Amino acid sequence: MTESENDVPQNLEPQNLVPRPDEPQRGASHAAEPQGGASQAGTAENGVPQRDAAEDTAPQEAPVVSVPELSLVVLIGVSGSGKSTFAAKHFKPTQVISSDYCRGLVSDDETDQTATTEAFALLQHIVGTRLRLGLLTVVDATNVQHRARAELLALAKRHNVLADAIVLDVPPSLAAERNHTRPDRDFGEAVVRRHHRDLKRSLKHLRKEGFRRVHHLSGAEAVEAARVVTEKSWNDRGEETGPFDLIGDVHGCRAELEALLTDLGWTIDRDAQGRATGAAHPEGRKAVFVGDLVDRGPDTPGVLRLVMGMVKAGNALCVCGNHEQKLVRAMRGRKVRVAHGLAESLEQLAAEDESFRDEAVAFMDGLRAHYLLDGGRLVVAHAGLKEEYHGRSSGKVRSFALYGDTTGETDEFGLPVRLPWAEDYRGAAAVVYGHTPVLEPEWVNNTICLDTGCCFGGRLTALRYPERELVSVAAEREWYEPVRPLAAPERDAATLDFADVAGDRHLSTGLVGTVKVRAENAAAALEVMSRFADDPRRLLYLPPTMAPVDASDVDGFLEHPAQAFDQYRGRAERVVCQEKHMGSRAVALVCRDPETAKRRFDLDTAPWGALLTRTGRSFFQDEALTGELLARVAAAAEQAGWWDRLETDWVLLDCELLPWSAKARDLIEDQFAGVAAAGLAALPAAAQVLEAASARGLDVAALAERTAARRSNIEAFADVYQRYCWPTDGLDGVRLAPFQVLAAEGRNLADHRHDWHLDVLDALVAADGTGLLKETRRRFVALGTADEDEATRWWTDLCAEGGEGMVVKPVLQDRPRLQPGLKVRGREYLRIVYGADYTDPERLARLRQRNLQHKRSQALREYALGVEALDLVAKRAPLWQVHQLVFAVLALESEPVDPRL
Amino acid sequence: MLLTITTTAKPATDLGRLLRKHPDRVQAFEQSFGTAWVFYPEAADDRCTAALLLEVDTARLARSHSRLSGDASIKQYVNDRPYAASSLLAVALGKVFSTARSGVSQERPELAAAAMPLEIALPAVPCKGGPELVRDLFEPLGWRVEAEAVPLPGFGTDSRHVRVRLTGEVRLADALSHLYVLLPVLDDAKHYWVDIGEVDKLVRSGGDWLAGHPRRGLITRRYLAHRRSYERAAITRLAELSEAAEAEEEAPVEEEVPSAAEDVEKSLPLHRIRIAAVVEALGAAGAASVLDLGCGSGKLLTALLADARFTRVTGVDVSSRALDLAERELRLDRMPERRRRRLTLIQGSVVYRDKRFAGYDAAVLMEVVEHLDPGRLPAMERVVFGEARPRTVVVTTPNAEYNARYGMEEHQMRHADHRFEWDRARFAEWAAAVAGRYGYRLRIEGVGASDPEAGTPTQMGVFDRD
Repeated sequence: MTESENDVPQNLEPQNLVPRPDEPQRGASHAAEPQGGASQAGTAENGVPQRDAAEDTAPQEAPVVSVPELSLVVLIGVSGSGKSTFAAKHFKPTQVISSDYCRGLVSDDETDQTATTEAFALLQHIVGTRLRLGLLTVVDATNVQHRARAELLALAKRHNVLADAIVLDVPPSLAAERNHTRPDRDFGEAVVRRHHRDLKRSLKHLRKEGFRRVHHLSGAEAVEAARVVTEKSWNDRGEETGPFDLIGDVHGCRAELEALLTDLGWTIDRDAQGRATGAAHPEGRKAVFVGDLVDRGPDTPGVLRLVMGMVKAGNALCVCGNHEQKLVRAMRGRKVRVAHGLAESLEQLAAEDESFRDEAVAFMDGLRAHYLLDGGRLVVAHAGLKEEYHGRSSGKVRSFALYGDTTGETDEFGLPVRLPWAEDYRGAAAVVYGHTPVLEPEWVNNTICLDTGCCFGGRLTALRYPERELVSVAAEREWYEPVRPLAAPERDAATLDFADVAGDRHLSTGLVGTVKVRAENAAAALEVMSRFADDPRRLLYLPPTMAPVDASDVDGFLEHPAQAFDQYRGRAERVVCQEKHMGSRAVALVCRDPETAKRRFDLDTAPWGALLTRTGRSFFQDEALTGELLARVAAAAEQAGWWDRLETDWVLLDCELLPWSAKARDLIEDQFAGVAAAGLAALPAAAQVLEAASARGLDVAALAERTAARRSNIEAFADVYQRYCWPTDGLDGVRLAPFQVLAAEGRNLADHRHDWHLDVLDALVAADGTGLLKETRRRFVALGTADEDEATRWWTDLCAEGGEGMVVKPVLQDRPRLQPGLKVRGREYLRIVYGADYTDPERLARLRQRNLQHKRSQALREYALGVEALDLVAKRAPLWQVHQLVFAVLALESEPVDPRL
Repeated sequence: MLLTITTTAKPATDLGRLLRKHPDRVQAFEQSFGTAWVFYPEAADDRCTAALLLEVDTARLARSHSRLSGDASIKQYVNDRPYAASSLLAVALGKVFSTARSGVSQERPELAAAAMPLEIALPAVPCKGGPELVRDLFEPLGWRVEAEAVPLPGFGTDSRHVRVRLTGEVRLADALSHLYVLLPVLDDAKHYWVDIGEVDKLVRSGGDWLAGHPRRGLITRRYLAHRRSYERAAITRLAELSEAAEAEEEAPVEEEVPSAAEDVEKSLPLHRIRIAAVVEALGAAGAASVLDLGCGSGKLLTALLADARFTRVTGVDVSSRALDLAERELRLDRMPERRRRRLTLIQGSVVYRDKRFAGYDAAVLMEVVEHLDPGRLPAMERVVFGEARPRTVVVTTPNAEYNARYGMEEHQMRHADHRFEWDRARFAEWAAAVAGRYGYRLRIEGVGASDPEAGTPTQMGVFDRD
């Protein structure tokens, strides 16, 4: 793996190099050593011998200093050479970190030499942080001594960025003169002269120290005239936006490659002998090869000929695989162990003519180790690449891209042990790679391995991007005996990381922009999630809270339909009034069959999906009961033809599970029945003594009247909760009332119209022969019409027969920040929320002042997070991303809000 | 909210003089949480009844409730306080009848000093312990007790409220003291913050009768809101007051039937034995840095810090409240700096991979795994054995076979939050599978007194690797 060292310091586009080595050195010049930095490499990645670059400035022309977009730029020059002026002229103030400034920060005196150690520690910290974050950074310090530069170079290397040096080489007399005019710099010419000697001594070693390039500005005029430009990294091909056909490890399987390209719609060019020499796609698609074109298979030269042709024509890109790397070394006569199919390549290539061999070597030697494509949204590297290496350049990065995250150990088959970097991957860019043969390509945390072992008799696979479709052809035969049997990928995408959820977080949503989750709320959610919630693989959604309507001014009512209609007026044309079932909120993940549960959600123990509460807990402790319930829903879905109609084999449903007492029995007994018991025992006794006192002629009339009112209130209270309680036995007595279809394969359905939802759900309920499913009654209201009165009467009747009330929702949620629903709860129902006596006029007046602002914002934010989660589920995003959003909903639930709302 | 006091002493209307409330008037007394009314539903020569009726202002109560308890649930708005005879009634009674409670009467000194036939009726007394506890508390004080649980409407089971009727020949002042002290004791709750001043109140109100009461311990404990130091202060002062209390330590019979055997465990030194066993295993493994996963209030951390072999000790808990508690229990703010530097407390979860868990010699899961749903165990195994990978992992968990020795029924668990309790075979099977999967050696030991059939109460697995 040491051969990768020669990848370290060169990272320039060839066209940026204007090799005119014979130009006499004047103005901007580059030190004479060949590029290659610390290593002795004599060739650049593109195989072109390195010549000194950028002698492109005739004396009269302004010297051009070209630095990489992401790099550490080290200014070198004596005190008074004009570094700060130069830096201020060519870079943003935030990009320049000066040692004087750091000295000032730690001592309140920029010239205090005793503060130097602390100042440089601070400077290194700032520079390190900026480089880690991918920001171009310029160090403004004298840097005339080797030690100072070595520390900065080590920093650049640690963060896998290139380092350029800009030498401001002005005569010491001029520098001393400048210093003389500055009171804080008047330390005499001797210091400047000593620094200048150091500089001169350093000049010829700079390149070897590890700078990619040394820009030598000789003389004050050159410094003054110089222009600074930035250049993109070779890895960065963000301007290539595809569409792409990304192709897995070919390993000399030319016939399969031709077949695959043909399947993908490519037209293959052939020479006189019928050999494939290139290919083009009629729709202008571009092929991207993930490396390992060579070795093992029957026709490595044929594959190279085809791919080289495609690359040359600009129809393909190719990254370097470890096999290309080794083959080049072997063909160059280096000593390598001939194994893993290398012998086959050497033999096949030996039969080719020399010019083809030279071309092949040059091609393979020039391959980049990784590419950033599509504006950085797609990364291709042979063995994958962790996020912090994307777009970076160093030996470490190249080694990772070629070999993966190796430990240096080998397994029982003698193959290197690799760490599962993809499990830790949290980047936004999709990473496509090969290198490790797998049975089936599978997305793991937005990464996918396309090596399906074609040469071992497996398949050759392509990924269409951005469609994300997989296309593959079977190998004609086993061309090479596998060292280790092909296996399903070892993955554990279900392992979530503390860092995914802890601390302050800002999550972006399509509906309301960024939603902030506070660290303390996340801390509360961590406990609930860890101790009570179900397996995150089944926890794909948590329902948002819902805000109530504005307080009503209708006599005796705290909540009334009139306000709901008013609130949506002008913001929606039609609303739907849905019966609000009084039970417990339930989210049901229903799979068509246990195989689906296993395949799609990796669920072994929950063959039909999951039934979870609004805090993510499994509804029934008994898994069998959950299974039975979900199987009944799945059967109804089958009967209703849902799977075909929705083109899916699983659905996520938002439901209410009845009765309330099925889940909340303890709460009801402790909280509500206990209160009723006390009230029903105490108030009649109080009425009795008051009656006796009145009979004695005492004036207790007002007190007696109030007591009588409280008595009838508590009686009403006792009636209310009892309506939502009935005995259940197993599933007997249990009802499930679905009211929204949240998601199905490939689709977030939460954005569908509510008439659609209720329509498909009616079909589901009708198809249920077991009495489990319950219809959600509804009225559609065109706002501003008589529908409003009709719906109000309907609501009044619902409440009179003991209902909780209704939820009013815009039929189509088509505006940002529109409340997804408002609850209008019945007058009697509200007794169990606000207390039996809330209807007292005085108390009602006070309650009408309730503040709904926070609740509404909470409802909206949770809704937005939920919709985002459904989007991610639908597009099979990594579990950790879905979990982040689900977790955030739970965290927001711990914000302090009036529990009665 | 309602209390009636009836006497049949003749002339019965003297009750009005003792209570200093005229039988022909209806009087209102403003309280901080509502209005207390006093009136007489009957006032004849042979029978006179005074009624104390409390009209509770729920809004005011809710404000103080949430301030005191930090409870943000709906309970602050919907609760039994307006109806039940709780500490609200006790306080109202103490204020409204303060003269009568003192037992001093200028008008009728001999009457105030004498026992009289009394009947006290309370329609709804919240009571943790049911009718039995009402009898236990009042009968030793000379009352005949009728106590009957009020049913839960709609459920056919008993509520925690008891309809109570007390009859007896008791001095009125004593009767009022009994109620004043015992109503909040039955409820095991107070609507106000209990401070050291409550000890005075208890000694003043109960001084004459409490020291000799067989349930003195429970009364003191509950009245003082389970604050140990207050309890000790009260017991000492009561003992000084009463000769009857001579050397009488209350028998260690607990008032509550132990619903969870954790209570049984607490009375035994098992948790101390367990900690010692864990510390020994860690010491034997040569661990210097220890990660205590699920540290709770920090009992193991305390033991580890007391042992100089452990130079770096980190407590992790998923509950930030547990960490606050540990911080208090460990007296972090007063810990000497050298010791403090050895300790770290962090919030974390064993089902989320966490890079802060890496780099320790040993990790401990002491009585933790049984608090995880079985479905989450693989995630925990992955995080601890697969990712953190300390050289040694110590796991302890209850041995379900031993539960019978605690007199527990089959399937009953030692703690309400336990998701499972394994017998020895099941634990061994799990531990061996984990050890195999992640490349650890396994040794299983018993902790605690061994029973020939059931084994030890705790089982411990020590995992280690090279």
